[in-house]
Amino acid sequence: MSRTNPRFVGGTATEHYRPGALGGPAGGRGRVDSALTRRRISQVVVYALLIIGALIALLPMMWMLSASFMPTGEASTYPPHFLPSRITFSHYRELFTRLNLGRYLFNSALIAFTVTGLSLVINSMAGYAFAKLRFRGRDRAFRILSLGLVLPVQVAMLPLFLLMKNLHLINTYWGVIIPGMASIFGIFLIRQYALSIPDDMLDAARIDGASELRIYWSVVVPGILPILATLAIWTFLATWNDFMWPLIVLSDEAHYTLPVALANLSGEHVMDTELMMAGSVLTVIPVLAVFLFLQRYYIQGVMAGSVKG
Amino acid sequence: MSATRTGMPSDVGKAAWLFLAPALVLIFIFFFLPVLASLVLSVTDFDIYAIANPPTTRFVGLANYVKLLHTPEFWTALKNTFYFAIVGGPLTIAVSLATALLLNAKLVRFKSFFRTIYFTPFVTTLVAVAIVWRYLYHTRYGLLNYTLGHFGIGPIDWLGNPRWAMPAIILMSVWKNFGYNMLIFIAGLQAIPQDLYDAAEIDGAGPMRRFFNVTLPLLGPTLLFVGVITMIGYFQLFSEPYVMTQGGPLRATTSVVLMMYEEGFRWWRMGYAASIAFVLFVVILIATLIQFRLQKDRT
Repeated sequence: MSRTNPRFVGGTATEHYRPGALGGPAGGRGRVDSALTRRRISQVVVYALLIIGALIALLPMMWMLSASFMPTGEASTYPPHFLPSRITFSHYRELFTRLNLGRYLFNSALIAFTVTGLSLVINSMAGYAFAKLRFRGRDRAFRILSLGLVLPVQVAMLPLFLLMKNLHLINTYWGVIIPGMASIFGIFLIRQYALSIPDDMLDAARIDGASELRIYWSVVVPGILPILATLAIWTFLATWNDFMWPLIVLSDEAHYTLPVALANLSGEHVMDTELMMAGSVLTVIPVLAVFLFLQRYYIQGVMAGSVKG
Repeated sequence: MSATRTGMPSDVGKAAWLFLAPALVLIFIFFFLPVLASLVLSVTDFDIYAIANPPTTRFVGLANYVKLLHTPEFWTALKNTFYFAIVGGPLTIAVSLATALLLNAKLVRFKSFFRTIYFTPFVTTLVAVAIVWRYLYHTRYGLLNYTLGHFGIGPIDWLGNPRWAMPAIILMSVWKNFGYNMLIFIAGLQAIPQDLYDAAEIDGAGPMRRFFNVTLPLLGPTLLFVGVITMIGYFQLFSEPYVMTQGGPLRATTSVVLMMYEEGFRWWRMGYAASIAFVLFVVILIATLIQFRLQKDRT
């Protein structure tokens, strides 16, 4: 696999089957027939397993969606209902009116978009510098940075909280945004991809008298757009789904992100199954939509991450 | 020096540090510094009074660590975390590998369709799906007990019984996480040359032999990578018990990180909590080193 250009890792031969090679050069007719039957049987078994697996993967979310439209109490009956007896939007209405969910949706979106935008600029500049610019101390800086990959983030959280308190950033959006702006993973991802930018291209721009900033902006950025898309989706989803740090740093409901609000809500409304399902739907739908529309880029990130190891 | 005379390389060096500065400054101040500070914090008695008045903090040496080792709740949390990582980790990897093998089978079509479905649980919001699973696990109305009932398995109090609470969290985590490892395994499987399978087949090796003698050895580096990241992730268990069981019943699902959170951010015993965080770090480090060693021994 190519270490330098993850572009070729994500897309390689995912649909790689060779119909011609399956039967193979068989002897008599009878053998061909039995081989075909065996093949048919294993095909049925494999598909049956795949479909059962798909049902298990999707069932919790399908039930969540279905239960969110059920009249109050219907999700807690025996035997369980799979579909609502009649569809009601009342839980969604209650979430947006009485329970202020719009506010949390706004907070989550604001934080996720800001972190994504800033992290794209910050990490791509650093990743490019590590990949393509020669300077003293580069290798040492990179080695120190890679040490950070084995440090669990929770180890930093207690002093980080005290630091944020001193900076008066507790209970502010910035308290969540700032620690997410630069990421070691993001720098690695960009660096690996930027290694494939030809040096000649950069040198040509330098000879033309372009400043380093201009080269970054008009040569490098267009060249690494696919990996920027990957990083953007990764950052957006990770920020949206993040729970522990926002839980720690946001203490006032007005600043809650959706996961924090949802966890809080689920404590107060344990018995209100349908309402909680509607809240879960609203939390999950945005990330599912982003993933389904842009999954090509997202999956590229998974593959690039695995090559790095 | 010629470098400075032409002007270019030193300019490049300056530009490079300017490009790096925002990222390095942020990572240093908001990550590396707090990690180091955590070590310092762990040898102090920093608590709720110190938050209001930091100078009251005293150096206590290793007292926090000693206290930790004499606290049964900590050993319970450590045991629970190991239970989750050592049972849940391999289980997740096994399911990931099985689905990757299925999806890699030559006779399967619609591969990307199935791949997307299997990957979907991984991108969902953990807090939201943990809430959903809490209801699926409901003793009376939950879908899981309803389904098991058809097979004659009596209702299980998944989240209320100390024996079943951790298995329930493991089951949900396998469901949530297997898709990620599956993708990495698919990439690893596709890197294995078809010739090797053809040669093994000519030698009369059945599917099982081919799996154990061709697939598994060649998947070694992928397995190590997947093993390490799954382990690291699973040792950091927090949100699942926080949302589903609050660490109960009878502390059966209190993880090390959950205990750190409660000591540090509920009771504000931050010096003590920092010592828990550092033990977690050491545990993860040792687990990672062991996996690298195991891999080295095999090859």
